[in-house]
Parts: sequence; C-alpha cells; structure tokens
Amino acid sequence: MTYVVKPRVRHPLLPINELGLTRRDYEGAVSTLCAGCGHDSVSAAIVQACAELALPPHKFAKVSGIGCSSKTPSYFLSHSHGFNAVHGRMPSVATGANLANRELYCIGVSGDGDSASIGIGQFAHIVRRRINMLYIVDNNGTYGLTKGQFSATNDKGSTSKKGVPNLYEPIDLVSMALQIGASFVARSFSGDKRQLVPLIQAGLVHKGFAFIDVISPCVAFNNHNGSTKSYDYVRDHSERLVSADYIAAGEEITVDYESGSLEDVAMPDGSTLRLRKLEEDYDPRDRVQALTHVQRAAEAGEVVTGLLYVDPDAADCHDALGTPAAPLNSLDESALCPGAAALEGVNAQLQ
Amino acid sequence: MNRVTDQRSPSEPGAGGSSGSRVRYNDFVIRFANVNGSGSASANGMFAKALFRMGIPVATRNIFPSNIEGLPTWFEVRVSERGYAGRREGIDIMVAMNAETFEEDIASIVPGGHLVYDNSKELNVDLRRDDINLVGIPISQLVLPEFPNPKHRALFKNIVYLGALSALINIDFEVITGMVSTQYKGKDDLIAPNIHALEIGRNYVLDYLDGALPVQVRYSTIAEGKILVDGNTAAAIGAIYGGATVCAWYPITPSTSLAEAFEQYCNRLRVDETGQRNFAIIQAEDELAAMGIVIGAGWNGARAFTATSGPGLSLMTEFLGLAYFAEIPAVLWDIQRAGPSTGMPTRTQQGDLLAAAYASHGDTRHPLLFPSTPNECFDFAVTALDLADRLQTPILVMSDLELGMNDNLADPFTWEDERRLDRGKVLDADDLDAIETFGRYVDVDGDGIGYRTLPGTHPEKGAFFTRGTSRDEYAAYTEAPEAYSANMDRLLDKWETARKLVPEPVVEDEGRDIGIIYYGTTALPIPEALDSLAEDGVELDTMRIRGFPFTAEVRDFIDRHDFVFLAEQNRDAQMKTLLVNDLHIDPARIDSVLYYGGFSISADTIYEQVSERLVEYNVPRLRAVGGGGGGRSGPPRKTREQHP
Repeated sequence: MTYVVKPRVRHPLLPINELGLTRRDYEGAVSTLCAGCGHDSVSAAIVQACAELALPPHKFAKVSGIGCSSKTPSYFLSHSHGFNAVHGRMPSVATGANLANRELYCIGVSGDGDSASIGIGQFAHIVRRRINMLYIVDNNGTYGLTKGQFSATNDKGSTSKKGVPNLYEPIDLVSMALQIGASFVARSFSGDKRQLVPLIQAGLVHKGFAFIDVISPCVAFNNHNGSTKSYDYVRDHSERLVSADYIAAGEEITVDYESGSLEDVAMPDGSTLRLRKLEEDYDPRDRVQALTHVQRAAEAGEVVTGLLYVDPDAADCHDALGTPAAPLNSLDESALCPGAAALEGVNAQLQ
Repeated sequence: MNRVTDQRSPSEPGAGGSSGSRVRYNDFVIRFANVNGSGSASANGMFAKALFRMGIPVATRNIFPSNIEGLPTWFEVRVSERGYAGRREGIDIMVAMNAETFEEDIASIVPGGHLVYDNSKELNVDLRRDDINLVGIPISQLVLPEFPNPKHRALFKNIVYLGALSALINIDFEVITGMVSTQYKGKDDLIAPNIHALEIGRNYVLDYLDGALPVQVRYSTIAEGKILVDGNTAAAIGAIYGGATVCAWYPITPSTSLAEAFEQYCNRLRVDETGQRNFAIIQAEDELAAMGIVIGAGWNGARAFTATSGPGLSLMTEFLGLAYFAEIPAVLWDIQRAGPSTGMPTRTQQGDLLAAAYASHGDTRHPLLFPSTPNECFDFAVTALDLADRLQTPILVMSDLELGMNDNLADPFTWEDERRLDRGKVLDADDLDAIETFGRYVDVDGDGIGYRTLPGTHPEKGAFFTRGTSRDEYAAYTEAPEAYSANMDRLLDKWETARKLVPEPVVEDEGRDIGIIYYGTTALPIPEALDSLAEDGVELDTMRIRGFPFTAEVRDFIDRHDFVFLAEQNRDAQMKTLLVNDLHIDPARIDSVLYYGGFSISADTIYEQVSERLVEYNVPRLRAVGGGGGGRSGPPRKTREQHP
C-alpha cells in the first residue's frame, strides 16, 4: 500500500467559502479503498459538508477504529489530526479526546464490524454519555479487509459470497442509538449526496451525540440473497418499485430521490437496496415515534433514510460533568495545582 | 480471668507475649475478628486513629473478604515504638467478635497473649488455651437493656469493645470521645449514644476486671506531626497536584478507592470560584474503555490516568501496546492483588510486574514505578504524569492492596508552588511557524523522543495521523522494512532515555559482602527483618528499587556484592526476571526470597528464608568473621537456581 499526497492545485473555478478556502482545503490523501467503494462517497460528502459550512479545516479531531471504514479519516481534512485506534474502541478514544478539548469538532468514522460487533459495548456507552461528536458508521454488512465475512448488521438468511447463509438476527445501530439516548439519529445512503451532505452538516453543528448510519455498498464482497438489501428480494416485489438499472462495480453509486418516496438501489453484486425517504411532514423530535417508524419500515422490508430524531436542546457530556468552557488541555498550573497552602489543609485533615 | 498486671513497671520492648510482671508499651499486634458488614470498620478505624493521635506509630491492615455482608473480616493494627510497619506473625491481643472464626482466631494468639471476647455465652471448653489470658466482657448482655433497637445493638457492640479496650490498654479516653464528637458533627443525636456505649465497655473493665493488661499504650512523640493515610488516597491527591484532568476507570478492588478519592479531592480542590469543575471523571463500561479514554485524552493534550488491578491490566494490554507504538502519554496505577485470574481479589501481591512491563503483543516495554509509602504514592503520581509527557509513553505505577488500602504513617505531603509540570516536547503554533518541516517521529534531539503537536494547533502545519500501524518519521503509513526497523530502534533509544529519568533506587551500602534488594511494600518489614538478622550477626546492604528500566546504580549495587537476595511477593520471582532481562545479570547472582500467600510479606518470612540460605551456603556470621572480611567457606554463586 502506498501513501499518496494529492497535488495541491486549485482549480480557478472551485467555489470559495467564507474562510476563503475551497473544497481542496478540506480533502485528504488519495483513498486506497477499492474503486467505487461507498466509503469514498462518504468521505467526499464530509469534505463537501465541512467546506460548505466553512469550518476551519484544522479544528477537527478525526478518530476511527479498524477496518475499511476506519481508514477513511486519512482521506478527508488533512489539516486536522487523526487517530486510527484499535478495533472497536474508537468510542473510548473519542470520549477522551472530547474531554480534553471540547472546542474541536470530533468526527468518528466506524464500520458495522467495528461498531456492531467488537465495539458494540463502546458504541452503546458513548451514546449514553452523549459525547459531543458526529459518529458515522459506514455500514456495508460485511468484513472487507478480511475478505467478506458476515457482520452483525447483516440480515438473517442472507448468504455470503461462498453461499453460506447468515443464521443470526441483525443488529440495527439506529434503533440502538434511538433507545439509548443519542440526541441526533439519522440514516442515509453513501450515494445520496443530496441527503447525506446536509445530514453531516446538521450532525456536525448539533451539540450532543450525532449518529448517522450510512448504508455504504461494498463493491468487492457484499453478496446477499433474501435480505432487504437483496437484488432477488426487490425483483420479487418489483411492482412496488421504481425500476433500477444494474450498476457495474467500479462506479460510484448515486441516488437522488424525493421525500416520502421509495428508491431501489442496485448494489455492486447485482442485489438491490430499497430505501424509503422520510416524509416532509415527519416530526423528528419524537424519539418513540422514530423507533416505531424504523421498526415498522424494517418489518415491511424497507430501510428508512433521513433525519429520524433530533433533540435540538440536548446537553452533552461536558454539561453533565460541569467542566469549564475552556478546554481541559489548556489549563495551566494555576488552575490545576491547588498549591502548598491547600495541601496543608489536606494534611491537617489526615492528622 | 487469668492475668497479671502492673501498670507501674517500665517499658521493655521484646518479642512475644509475656506473663511476667512488666508492662510492655507501644509494642504489640492487635487483631479484630469481625463479621463483614457489621459496622466494625468504623470502631476499628477509630481505635487506630486514637493511638495515632497519642503520637504512637501504627500500621493498619484490613484483611477482608470479597463480600458485602456476612463473611469473616479482620482488622489488624501493628503498634510499634520502633516504627516497624510490616506485618508480624502472631497476635498479642485478639478481639474475637466472630463466632465462625473463633477457633482459628484463638489459635493465632501468641503464648501469653490476650483474648478479648464476648462472654455473654460461656466459652466452649474445647477452645480454651492455658497459655493465653482470657478477657471476657458480656458485651451482648451489656447492650441489651441499653439499646432497644436490635440494629443499634449490633452496631454499638463494636463501640462497647472499643470502650473496653480504652481501659484495657490505657488509651486516653478523651481522645476517643473527642473523635466521636468530630465524626458525628452535625448528627448530634448520634454522639450521646456512642459515648454511652464507650462508657459501658470502659466501666465494665474498670468495675469488674483487674485493670489494664500488661500490654498497653502510652503517649509517644514518634507519630507527632505525621499524617495517617492510605496509598490510594495519597496517589489521588498527587494526581491532582500533578495536573491530571481526566480520570477514566472501572471499579475493581483494590483500586476503586483511588478513583473515588480523586473525585472526592477534586470536588474540594479543583472546583473554581464560579463552580466550574476543572476535571472530568468517567466511570467507564470496562477497563478497555477506561484505557481508551485515557489515551484519547493524552493524545489531545490532557493529563489523564486510570487506576486498576490485575484483571483490568489484562484487558488494557491492547491499548497499552497502541500507546507504546503510537507514543501517547498515559498513566496507569496498578493496585496489585493476588492473581492469576480472579485469584484472591482482596489479598495483596506483587504479581503483575511481567504483565505490566511487557504488556501487549509485539516488542513492547513500559516504564514502571514502585512506590513503597504513601509519600511515594503522592510523589510518583506527579512523577508518572511528568514522565508520561516527557517520554510520550504509558507509565505504570505498581502499587498493591497492602499499600493502597491500608492506613500508614506518612510525612505531611509537600508541594513547591514554583514547581512547573513537565509537559514534554509539544510544539505550539509559533514553534511550528519557526520550523521548516514537521516530522512527528524525527529524533531531533537524539534521545529517541520526537516532537508532538496537539490537534487544532495550526491551520497549515503540524497535523499528522496517529496510528497503531507502521509509519515513517513523518507519520506516513509504510511497511518498508527499513522504516519499520528504524522506528523500533528509535523506541529502544527512548528506552535508554527512560532509564535515566525513572527514580533512582534507595541504597544503603556499607561495603558488606551480601546485599538484599526489595521494592514496593516488601520494604515495610525490611527494617525489622534486618534487625533480627543483625542480632544473629548477619548484616546486609540494601537497595530498594523504585523504577524500571533500571538505572546504572541498580547494576552497580548488584556488581559490588558477592550475591544479592531479592525479596518479593510473587511465586515466579518477577523482579528477578526483569533484572536478568534488562541488565543481563547472571541469574545465579540473585537469590530470591519469595512469599505469595496473599498477606503482606512478614519480617519473619524474610528473616527465616535469608537465614536458611546463609546456612545452606555456609556463609559465616559477621561476628564469627570478626571484621576481617573473607573467610566464607563456600561461594554462594554455585548452583542455586531455585526458582525457575
């Protein structure tokens, strides 16, 4: 594998944001993921979202675990520090990073293996702690780097590339996040820039824990039959569908559809994903309704996309802890060391 | 009643209980045998504190089960005018309040010792010992008419025996009543019944028994000006002065009280005038997360630590490897307990050295600090945070249950207001502007330590990707063999820098032939063991190790002696392994003195093992040598590898 730095040439026609920067200033290294990988679309959406918001490109803390998804923080915001931690443990590293400096925008990128299997404990607990960050799961239902094992978000009965069926129930991280207390929960599709970019922007500026589950097709290993993401499933129910063309592997998969409508997305292996965009009049402030909505849709074989829940007045972990407005990592001896006189008081109590 | 007392006899410190006519002052071991959850801890703590307030040196040991209520628990106080703080075998006064352990409690009393017990029911004839003195007090009968509430009765039984002891061993009664008044300040309705219970016990002894025991306390000056504190509390206060702002932890005995003390003292010392709390404490979902939070905070420039014990250390090893390789400051307090696995979770041991020193897969090694006293817990808490920032690596502080959870005498903590924290090599925006190129892992100074930057420092320069994967000097991912090897070699250079920075050993070298090495709480019984050996004419030079990697002085001490004993509290001689590994010492030059039964190692154990070896190796006693040196008949370096 090589590390490729993109040429820093600015196209004269690139739009300039309020900071006088273009999208180029928000990009990262060249991706080493497979051509057409949905994860690269997510990285591009992050770049676009941050550029449009005109956030300072060095004021981010990018954190990730291990896996294809966790490589992606290299591929956006190269002026910011990144931390590629250990498998399934990004949430704890993100927690520490956010405790140390609450002024940075914290973006965590994880995968379905990283967050729904090995890291499900840490995922659950960062949600309930409401760390102020944007937590994105690039959800492709498979272990890419180890070549195509099932992940825990895979539907029961779907088959692996070798034809072995998945015996176990899927874990839905969106439902978990809703139930445990995330103050911003959304789902989208990697190819749906029109939906994903605003969701990332909303998640970034949201104070509290913002979670976006992004269905992100694996061009190399995602090969299901009989699941909600299956081409066969969708073909059998074709009367309800807008027809979807087969898209060859190697091309970015994009969608563009209206609120309230259904969209079938052809997956690289020939399967189809059925997306249902939330209605315009859906009220995302009702947590219980959001949970019901997601689960009803799942029963109907649909994957609901959009902003499912948001609490615009949420408190974050720092509010709960009562920490100062200044980052903890900026405090010096005068704030940290209580001094010799105070220590004498401590000694007196121990006498 | 079978006692002889004479309060006017002069003090004569000496071994064992004596039925002679003399009173022994400030030199005994008293043990309280209780039922866990019966409220005895408060009364027993007051007992120790009362003696301490009289200026008498005390060392406490809480021998407790992994249980909330119902199982046996013991509290032991070593009272020693000579300042011996280690555990000593044999109990002089046993306060036996637990029927379940009555038999073994009676058996543990030294001949001539004293059994204080509740004789509301007659003592079973089978349990009687002719060589001890029985001090029966009808505690249950005494409290019955005084306290109608059965719950109160159970609690006040503890206070009654405390009152009785005040008369039996001559504790200043006003000291105890004063402590009751302080303890229940604001809950005034509790003061009167407590003092009443104290008086019930005290008056029974004064009215019905023959007066005080021949083992007594009297005012001393030795503990004057000292503080009484456990190591975990000392470490927590030290962490505050050391500038720790993030503490992430998961409850595990015996480390829990460190994190809890940190919170307690932060609430006192780190809340500013506007009510802002200059700290963040997270009780994590497990030890993996606790370590991850510490590493995330360290990466982002906050001083952070965790406290755990063996099982937690095992869970943290993957993250420790990451922090070693990605070079992130972190501090881990390991309050060791008896392993492996769950082992004996409420017993002490020094069994985590190897797991800590080489935690994680691949070639890893971590600096360790070994505190012996509450004062060192305080100091090393600051040192560890400084070293972690300076060396950009995890620092593990190896305390144990014995030090962490038991109250011991200490000097008052001190702090120089001029002292600045060493934040190590961190470049700010101005620094970055001043340099041409930034390379995170470039060894600019030749000490193996690169310069780091914190996230968000500079709009254009200094950002890099931190990773557990191999990278070049500029933090770019690579699997090139040369780059990987060069990085691993630089980490070795950093190890050599660490060798110069960890605390030096404490050495007392009079040029004797043989030395003894020890560390951590094994230091507690050493003075007593050395005195016992000296009485036999055996004198040893001593070295207390305080840091790993080992400084040059550690090697020199071993080299200067014919051979050295190494006393430690584990089965596998783990410190010896570290010495052999790190300094390439000939293993035959280190003779292990080992104890791993779960109690703190006693002076008797050290004395006996050293004596046996000296006899085995034919090492003559010093007095036989007559100061001429030499004359040893068999080189002790021969085949003596007893501990694989």
